[in-house]
Amino acid sequence: MSEMMNKDTQGPSKEPNEVEIFVSKSLRFGVLLSGAVILIGLVLFLSSGEGGYPGDSYPTRLRDIFAGAFDRKPFGIILAGLVLLICTPIMRVGISALVFLKEKDWLYVGISTVVFLILVSGFFFGK
Amino acid sequence: MTIVAIKILLVSISAGVLGSILGLGGGIIVTPALTLLFGVDIQHAIGASLISVIATSSGAAVAYIKDGITNIRVGMFLEIATTVGAITGALIAGLISPNLLYIIFGLLLLYSALAMLKKTKEELPEEVPLHNVAKTLKLQGEYYDKALKKNVSYNVDNVYSGFGVMYGAGIISGLLGIGSGSFKVMAMDVFMKLPLKVSSATSNFMMGVTGAASAGIYLYRGDISPIISAPVAIGVLIGATIGAKIMQRLKSKTIRKLFIPVLMYVAIQMMAQGLGVKL
Repeated sequence: MSEMMNKDTQGPSKEPNEVEIFVSKSLRFGVLLSGAVILIGLVLFLSSGEGGYPGDSYPTRLRDIFAGAFDRKPFGIILAGLVLLICTPIMRVGISALVFLKEKDWLYVGISTVVFLILVSGFFFGK
Repeated sequence: MTIVAIKILLVSISAGVLGSILGLGGGIIVTPALTLLFGVDIQHAIGASLISVIATSSGAAVAYIKDGITNIRVGMFLEIATTVGAITGALIAGLISPNLLYIIFGLLLLYSALAMLKKTKEELPEEVPLHNVAKTLKLQGEYYDKALKKNVSYNVDNVYSGFGVMYGAGIISGLLGIGSGSFKVMAMDVFMKLPLKVSSATSNFMMGVTGAASAGIYLYRGDISPIISAPVAIGVLIGATIGAKIMQRLKSKTIRKLFIPVLMYVAIQMMAQGLGVKL
Protein backbone atom coordinates (compact mmCIF):
# COMPACT_ATOMS: atom_id res chain seq x y z
CA MET A 1 0.00 0.00 0.00
CA SER A 2 2.77 2.43 0.90
CA GLU A 3 4.31 1.63 -2.45
CA MET A 4 1.05 2.63 -4.10
CA MET A 5 1.09 5.93 -2.23
CA ASN A 6 4.60 6.60 -3.38
CA LYS A 7 3.54 6.01 -6.95
CA ASP A 8 0.76 8.51 -6.60
CA THR A 9 2.71 11.25 -4.95
CA GLN A 10 6.16 11.03 -6.41
CA GLY A 11 5.31 11.24 -10.08
CA PRO A 12 5.98 8.64 -12.72
CA SER A 13 7.30 5.36 -11.34
CA LYS A 14 7.86 3.91 -14.77
CA GLU A 15 11.25 4.81 -16.18
CA PRO A 16 11.29 4.91 -19.98
CA ASN A 17 12.94 1.74 -21.27
CA GLU A 18 15.80 1.54 -23.74
CA VAL A 19 13.55 1.16 -26.77
CA GLU A 20 11.59 4.27 -25.83
CA ILE A 21 14.70 6.37 -25.20
CA PHE A 22 16.33 5.36 -28.47
CA VAL A 23 13.23 5.81 -30.59
CA SER A 24 12.49 9.19 -28.99
CA LYS A 25 16.06 10.38 -29.53
CA SER A 26 16.18 9.23 -33.15
CA LEU A 27 12.90 11.04 -33.84
CA ARG A 28 14.20 14.22 -32.20
CA PHE A 29 17.33 14.04 -34.32
CA GLY A 30 15.25 13.64 -37.50
CA VAL A 31 12.88 16.46 -36.54
CA LEU A 32 15.62 18.95 -35.60
CA LEU A 33 17.73 18.19 -38.67
CA SER A 34 14.89 18.35 -41.19
CA GLY A 35 13.35 21.40 -39.46
CA ALA A 36 16.68 23.27 -39.58
CA VAL A 37 17.29 22.46 -43.27
CA ILE A 38 13.74 23.52 -44.23
CA LEU A 39 14.11 26.75 -42.23
CA ILE A 40 17.42 27.63 -43.89
CA GLY A 41 15.89 27.05 -47.33
CA LEU A 42 12.81 29.11 -46.47
CA VAL A 43 14.83 32.05 -45.12
CA LEU A 44 17.08 31.98 -48.22
CA PHE A 45 14.02 31.96 -50.46
CA LEU A 46 12.22 34.77 -48.62
CA SER A 47 15.32 36.98 -48.45
CA SER A 48 16.27 36.56 -52.11
CA GLY A 49 12.81 36.06 -53.59
CA GLU A 50 14.38 33.43 -55.86
CA GLY A 51 13.73 29.70 -55.69
CA GLY A 52 16.77 28.94 -57.85
CA TYR A 53 14.71 27.37 -60.63
CA PRO A 54 13.07 28.92 -63.70
CA GLY A 55 9.61 30.37 -62.99
CA ASP A 56 7.73 28.62 -60.20
CA SER A 57 9.21 25.22 -61.02
CA TYR A 58 10.99 22.93 -58.56
CA PRO A 59 12.66 19.51 -58.73
CA THR A 60 10.63 16.36 -58.01
CA ARG A 61 13.25 13.63 -58.26
CA LEU A 62 15.52 12.78 -55.35
CA ARG A 63 18.71 13.23 -57.41
CA ASP A 64 17.68 16.67 -58.69
CA ILE A 65 16.53 17.74 -55.22
CA PHE A 66 19.84 16.92 -53.56
CA ALA A 67 21.86 18.32 -56.49
CA GLY A 68 19.88 21.57 -56.09
CA ALA A 69 20.46 21.61 -52.34
CA PHE A 70 24.23 21.25 -52.84
CA ASP A 71 24.09 24.15 -55.34
CA ARG A 72 22.43 26.16 -52.52
CA LYS A 73 19.23 26.66 -54.48
CA PRO A 74 16.53 27.60 -51.91
CA PHE A 75 13.86 25.24 -53.34
CA GLY A 76 16.40 22.41 -53.49
CA ILE A 77 17.30 22.97 -49.83
CA ILE A 78 13.64 23.11 -48.72
CA LEU A 79 12.78 19.93 -50.60
CA ALA A 80 15.87 18.14 -49.26
CA GLY A 81 14.66 19.05 -45.75
CA LEU A 82 11.18 17.75 -46.56
CA VAL A 83 12.69 14.48 -47.84
CA LEU A 84 14.59 14.16 -44.53
CA LEU A 85 11.31 14.76 -42.69
CA ILE A 86 9.59 12.04 -44.74
CA CYS A 87 12.46 9.63 -44.03
CA THR A 88 12.29 10.20 -40.26
CA PRO A 89 9.42 7.74 -39.53
CA ILE A 90 10.92 5.11 -41.84
CA MET A 91 14.26 5.44 -40.06
CA ARG A 92 12.37 5.12 -36.76
CA VAL A 93 10.99 1.70 -37.79
CA GLY A 94 14.47 0.49 -38.75
CA ILE A 95 15.95 1.75 -35.47
CA SER A 96 13.17 0.06 -33.44
CA ALA A 97 14.02 -3.25 -35.10
CA LEU A 98 17.69 -2.82 -34.11
CA VAL A 99 16.89 -1.88 -30.49
CA PHE A 100 14.50 -4.84 -30.12
CA LEU A 101 17.29 -7.00 -31.53
CA LYS A 102 19.67 -5.69 -28.89
CA GLU A 103 17.09 -6.49 -26.20
CA LYS A 104 16.64 -9.98 -27.73
CA ASP A 105 12.89 -9.39 -28.03
CA TRP A 106 12.60 -11.67 -31.06
CA LEU A 107 8.85 -11.34 -31.52
CA TYR A 108 9.18 -7.57 -31.96
CA VAL A 109 12.34 -7.85 -34.04
CA GLY A 110 10.12 -9.85 -36.40
CA ILE A 111 7.22 -7.38 -36.27
CA SER A 112 9.43 -4.30 -36.86
CA THR A 113 11.27 -6.03 -39.70
CA VAL A 114 7.99 -7.00 -41.38
CA VAL A 115 6.76 -3.39 -41.14
CA PHE A 116 10.06 -2.11 -42.51
CA LEU A 117 9.94 -4.54 -45.46
CA ILE A 118 6.32 -3.65 -46.22
CA LEU A 119 7.26 0.06 -46.18
CA VAL A 120 10.18 -0.44 -48.52
CA SER A 121 8.17 -2.69 -50.86
CA GLY A 122 5.47 0.01 -50.85
CA PHE A 123 7.87 2.29 -52.66
CA PHE A 124 8.19 -0.27 -55.46
CA PHE A 125 4.44 -0.80 -55.71
CA GLY A 126 4.06 2.95 -55.97
CA LYS A 127 6.36 3.34 -58.94
CA MET B 1 5.43 36.63 -49.82
CA THR B 2 6.93 36.75 -46.33
CA ILE B 3 3.56 37.81 -44.88
CA VAL B 4 1.79 34.88 -46.56
CA ALA B 5 4.47 32.48 -45.30
CA ILE B 6 4.02 33.78 -41.75
CA LYS B 7 0.24 33.41 -42.00
CA ILE B 8 0.59 29.81 -43.23
CA LEU B 9 3.06 29.24 -40.39
CA LEU B 10 0.57 30.48 -37.78
CA VAL B 11 -2.30 28.36 -39.16
CA SER B 12 0.05 25.36 -39.20
CA ILE B 13 1.06 25.89 -35.57
CA SER B 14 -2.61 25.60 -34.54
CA ALA B 15 -3.01 22.56 -36.81
CA GLY B 16 -0.02 20.95 -35.09
CA VAL B 17 -1.40 21.68 -31.62
CA LEU B 18 -4.85 20.24 -32.37
CA GLY B 19 -3.48 17.34 -34.42
CA SER B 20 -1.10 16.20 -31.71
CA ILE B 21 -3.73 16.45 -28.95
CA LEU B 22 -6.34 14.44 -30.87
CA GLY B 23 -4.03 11.97 -32.61
CA LEU B 24 -4.99 13.31 -36.03
CA GLY B 25 -2.61 14.57 -38.65
CA GLY B 26 -3.64 18.19 -38.74
CA GLY B 27 -4.68 17.73 -42.38
CA ILE B 28 -8.20 18.46 -41.17
CA ILE B 29 -7.12 22.08 -40.66
CA VAL B 30 -4.30 22.42 -43.19
CA THR B 31 -6.21 21.28 -46.30
CA PRO B 32 -9.28 23.55 -45.93
CA ALA B 33 -7.16 26.49 -44.65
CA LEU B 34 -4.81 26.33 -47.64
CA THR B 35 -7.58 26.00 -50.21
CA LEU B 36 -10.09 28.44 -48.69
CA LEU B 37 -7.87 31.10 -47.07
CA PHE B 38 -4.83 31.04 -49.31
CA GLY B 39 -6.33 29.90 -52.63
CA VAL B 40 -3.95 26.95 -52.99
CA ASP B 41 -5.18 24.31 -55.45
CA ILE B 42 -6.35 21.02 -53.91
CA GLN B 43 -3.46 18.97 -55.32
CA HIS B 44 -0.78 21.04 -53.57
CA ALA B 45 -2.96 21.39 -50.45
CA ILE B 46 -3.11 17.58 -50.14
CA GLY B 47 0.65 17.37 -50.66
CA ALA B 48 1.17 19.89 -47.84
CA SER B 49 -1.34 18.05 -45.66
CA LEU B 50 0.70 14.86 -46.06
CA ILE B 51 3.75 16.80 -44.88
CA SER B 52 1.65 18.04 -41.96
CA VAL B 53 0.73 14.45 -41.01
CA ILE B 54 4.38 13.36 -40.96
CA ALA B 55 5.51 16.49 -39.08
CA THR B 56 2.76 16.13 -36.44
CA SER B 57 3.62 12.48 -35.96
CA SER B 58 7.36 12.88 -35.47
CA GLY B 59 7.14 16.21 -33.63
CA ALA B 60 4.62 14.96 -31.06
CA ALA B 61 6.13 11.48 -30.73
CA VAL B 62 9.40 12.88 -29.36
CA ALA B 63 7.58 13.99 -26.18
CA TYR B 64 4.91 11.28 -26.07
CA ILE B 65 7.46 8.47 -26.22
CA LYS B 66 9.82 10.09 -23.73
CA ASP B 67 6.93 10.55 -21.30
CA GLY B 68 5.81 6.95 -21.83
CA ILE B 69 2.32 7.70 -23.21
CA THR B 70 2.87 6.02 -26.58
CA ASN B 71 2.52 2.24 -26.57
CA ILE B 72 5.30 1.33 -29.01
CA ARG B 73 4.37 -2.36 -29.10
CA VAL B 74 0.75 -1.66 -29.97
CA GLY B 75 1.93 0.84 -32.60
CA MET B 76 4.48 -1.47 -34.22
CA PHE B 77 2.06 -4.42 -34.26
CA LEU B 78 -0.79 -2.42 -35.79
CA GLU B 79 1.54 -0.85 -38.35
CA ILE B 80 1.56 -4.25 -40.09
CA ALA B 81 -2.16 -3.75 -40.73
CA THR B 82 -1.92 -0.08 -41.76
CA THR B 83 1.02 -0.51 -44.13
CA VAL B 84 -0.48 -3.58 -45.87
CA GLY B 85 -3.76 -1.63 -46.01
CA ALA B 86 -2.01 1.40 -47.50
CA ILE B 87 -0.52 -0.70 -50.27
CA THR B 88 -3.89 -2.38 -50.88
CA GLY B 89 -5.45 1.08 -51.13
CA ALA B 90 -2.83 2.34 -53.57
CA LEU B 91 -3.28 -0.80 -55.72
CA ILE B 92 -7.09 -0.70 -55.85
CA ALA B 93 -7.22 3.08 -56.25
CA GLY B 94 -7.35 2.85 -60.03
CA LEU B 95 -9.45 -0.31 -60.18
CA ILE B 96 -12.61 0.42 -58.26
CA SER B 97 -14.76 3.43 -57.58
CA PRO B 98 -14.00 4.52 -54.04
CA ASN B 99 -17.55 5.86 -53.51
CA LEU B 100 -18.86 2.75 -51.78
CA LEU B 101 -15.77 2.66 -49.55
CA TYR B 102 -16.29 6.30 -48.59
CA ILE B 103 -19.86 5.53 -47.52
CA ILE B 104 -18.87 2.39 -45.58
CA PHE B 105 -16.00 4.12 -43.78
CA GLY B 106 -18.12 7.22 -43.18
CA LEU B 107 -20.75 5.06 -41.50
CA LEU B 108 -18.05 3.33 -39.45
CA LEU B 109 -16.81 6.70 -38.21
CA LEU B 110 -20.32 7.82 -37.39
CA TYR B 111 -20.84 4.61 -35.42
CA SER B 112 -17.67 5.22 -33.45
CA ALA B 113 -18.62 8.85 -32.79
CA LEU B 114 -21.85 7.52 -31.26
CA ALA B 115 -19.94 4.87 -29.31
CA MET B 116 -17.70 7.64 -28.00
CA LEU B 117 -20.71 9.72 -26.94
CA LYS B 118 -21.58 6.96 -24.47
CA LYS B 119 -18.10 7.23 -23.00
CA THR B 120 -18.12 11.00 -22.38
CA LYS B 121 -18.46 10.55 -18.62
CA GLU B 122 -15.76 7.91 -18.43
CA GLU B 123 -12.23 9.15 -17.67
CA LEU B 124 -10.49 5.79 -18.05
CA PRO B 125 -11.71 2.45 -19.46
CA GLU B 126 -12.83 0.13 -16.69
CA GLU B 127 -12.52 -3.64 -16.25
CA VAL B 128 -11.07 -4.35 -19.66
CA PRO B 129 -10.17 -8.05 -20.08
CA LEU B 130 -6.74 -8.90 -21.47
CA HIS B 131 -7.19 -10.51 -24.89
CA ASN B 132 -5.20 -13.74 -25.44
CA VAL B 133 -3.31 -12.36 -28.42
CA ALA B 134 -2.60 -9.14 -26.53
CA LYS B 135 -1.05 -11.23 -23.77
CA THR B 136 1.18 -13.10 -26.23
CA LEU B 137 2.24 -9.81 -27.83
CA LYS B 138 2.72 -8.10 -24.45
CA LEU B 139 0.49 -5.21 -25.53
CA GLN B 140 -0.76 -4.19 -22.08
CA GLY B 141 0.95 -1.18 -20.55
CA GLU B 142 1.20 1.60 -18.03
CA TYR B 143 1.61 5.37 -18.19
CA TYR B 144 1.74 8.33 -15.83
CA ASP B 145 -1.28 10.58 -16.25
CA LYS B 146 -0.28 14.19 -15.53
CA ALA B 147 -3.91 15.34 -15.25
CA LEU B 148 -4.89 12.61 -12.77
CA LYS B 149 -1.45 12.66 -11.15
CA LYS B 150 -1.23 8.87 -10.99
CA ASN B 151 0.04 5.83 -12.84
CA VAL B 152 -2.54 4.16 -15.03
CA SER B 153 -2.20 0.45 -15.90
CA TYR B 154 -4.33 -0.82 -18.76
CA ASN B 155 -5.26 -3.98 -20.64
CA VAL B 156 -5.92 -4.44 -24.34
CA ASP B 157 -9.04 -6.15 -25.71
CA ASN B 158 -10.44 -7.14 -29.16
CA VAL B 159 -7.09 -7.35 -30.92
CA TYR B 160 -8.61 -8.87 -34.09
CA SER B 161 -11.25 -6.15 -34.58
CA GLY B 162 -8.65 -3.45 -33.87
CA PHE B 163 -6.32 -5.00 -36.41
CA GLY B 164 -9.17 -5.17 -38.95
CA VAL B 165 -10.13 -1.51 -38.49
CA MET B 166 -6.45 -0.56 -38.81
CA TYR B 167 -6.31 -2.42 -42.11
CA GLY B 168 -9.30 -0.30 -43.22
CA ALA B 169 -7.51 2.83 -41.99
CA GLY B 170 -4.54 1.82 -44.14
CA ILE B 171 -6.75 1.40 -47.23
CA ILE B 172 -8.20 4.87 -46.68
CA SER B 173 -4.68 6.30 -46.36
CA GLY B 174 -3.55 4.60 -49.55
CA LEU B 175 -6.59 5.84 -51.46
CA LEU B 176 -6.53 9.40 -50.19
CA GLY B 177 -2.94 9.98 -49.15
CA ILE B 178 -3.92 10.94 -45.62
CA GLY B 179 -2.86 9.63 -42.22
CA SER B 180 -6.45 8.62 -41.31
CA GLY B 181 -5.81 9.33 -37.64
CA SER B 182 -9.52 9.30 -36.81
CA PHE B 183 -9.71 5.60 -37.73
CA LYS B 184 -6.58 4.79 -35.77
CA VAL B 185 -7.82 6.47 -32.60
CA MET B 186 -11.18 4.75 -33.07
CA ALA B 187 -9.62 1.29 -33.49
CA MET B 188 -7.68 1.69 -30.26
CA ASP B 189 -10.24 3.59 -28.19
CA VAL B 190 -13.56 2.01 -29.22
CA PHE B 191 -12.41 -1.51 -30.16
CA MET B 192 -9.24 -2.28 -28.20
CA LYS B 193 -10.38 -0.20 -25.22
CA LEU B 194 -7.09 1.55 -24.57
CA PRO B 195 -7.09 4.79 -22.53
CA LEU B 196 -7.81 7.75 -24.84
CA LYS B 197 -4.44 9.42 -24.25
CA VAL B 198 -2.60 6.23 -25.16
CA SER B 199 -4.81 5.85 -28.27
CA SER B 200 -4.12 9.42 -29.36
CA ALA B 201 -0.36 9.27 -28.75
CA THR B 202 -0.04 5.87 -30.41
CA SER B 203 -2.12 7.01 -33.39
CA ASN B 204 0.23 10.00 -33.70
CA PHE B 205 3.20 7.67 -33.55
CA MET B 206 1.84 5.42 -36.32
CA MET B 207 0.62 8.14 -38.65
CA GLY B 208 4.07 9.21 -39.77
CA VAL B 209 4.79 5.72 -41.08
CA THR B 210 1.48 5.57 -42.95
CA GLY B 211 2.14 9.03 -44.40
CA ALA B 212 5.73 8.26 -45.35
CA ALA B 213 4.54 5.14 -47.19
CA SER B 214 2.74 7.26 -49.79
CA ALA B 215 4.80 10.49 -49.61
CA GLY B 216 7.28 9.32 -52.25
CA ILE B 217 4.53 9.09 -54.85
CA TYR B 218 3.28 12.60 -54.05
CA LEU B 219 6.78 14.06 -54.14
CA TYR B 220 7.48 12.46 -57.51
CA ARG B 221 4.20 13.81 -58.89
CA GLY B 222 5.21 17.34 -57.86
CA ASP B 223 2.35 17.72 -55.36
CA ILE B 224 4.72 18.77 -52.57
CA SER B 225 5.43 22.44 -53.29
CA PRO B 226 8.41 23.91 -51.42
CA ILE B 227 6.83 27.38 -50.97
CA ILE B 228 3.68 25.98 -49.35
CA SER B 229 5.10 22.92 -47.58
CA ALA B 230 8.06 24.70 -45.90
CA PRO B 231 6.01 26.98 -43.59
CA VAL B 232 3.53 24.12 -43.02
CA ALA B 233 6.32 21.74 -41.92
CA ILE B 234 7.96 24.25 -39.57
CA GLY B 235 4.66 25.49 -38.12
CA VAL B 236 3.32 21.98 -37.54
CA LEU B 237 6.57 20.84 -35.89
CA ILE B 238 6.34 23.77 -33.46
CA GLY B 239 2.62 23.20 -32.86
CA ALA B 240 2.99 19.45 -32.32
CA THR B 241 5.72 20.01 -29.73
CA ILE B 242 3.46 22.40 -27.81
CA GLY B 243 0.38 20.17 -28.25
CA ALA B 244 2.17 17.12 -26.87
CA LYS B 245 2.80 19.05 -23.64
CA ILE B 246 -0.77 20.39 -23.39
CA MET B 247 -2.46 17.04 -24.06
CA GLN B 248 -0.84 15.32 -21.10
CA ARG B 249 -2.34 17.89 -18.73
CA LEU B 250 -5.83 17.64 -20.17
CA LYS B 251 -8.39 15.21 -18.82
CA SER B 252 -9.37 12.40 -21.18
CA LYS B 253 -12.98 13.59 -20.87
CA THR B 254 -11.98 16.99 -22.25
CA ILE B 255 -10.01 15.45 -25.14
CA ARG B 256 -13.02 13.27 -25.97
CA LYS B 257 -15.30 16.32 -26.07
CA LEU B 258 -12.96 17.90 -28.62
CA PHE B 259 -12.68 14.65 -30.55
CA ILE B 260 -16.36 13.76 -31.09
CA PRO B 261 -17.37 16.80 -33.18
CA VAL B 262 -14.24 16.41 -35.32
CA LEU B 263 -15.10 12.74 -35.86
CA MET B 264 -18.69 13.64 -36.84
CA TYR B 265 -17.40 16.24 -39.27
CA VAL B 266 -15.04 13.78 -40.98
CA ALA B 267 -17.77 11.09 -41.08
CA ILE B 268 -20.28 13.40 -42.75
CA GLN B 269 -17.70 14.78 -45.16
CA MET B 270 -16.69 11.25 -46.15
CA MET B 271 -20.26 10.06 -46.73
CA ALA B 272 -21.05 13.20 -48.70
CA GLN B 273 -18.05 12.52 -50.90
CA GLY B 274 -19.24 8.93 -51.42
CA LEU B 275 -22.68 10.13 -52.42
CA GLY B 276 -21.21 12.75 -54.72
CA VAL B 277 -22.57 15.68 -52.72
CA LYS B 278 -20.27 18.68 -52.61
CA LEU B 279 -20.11 20.35 -49.21
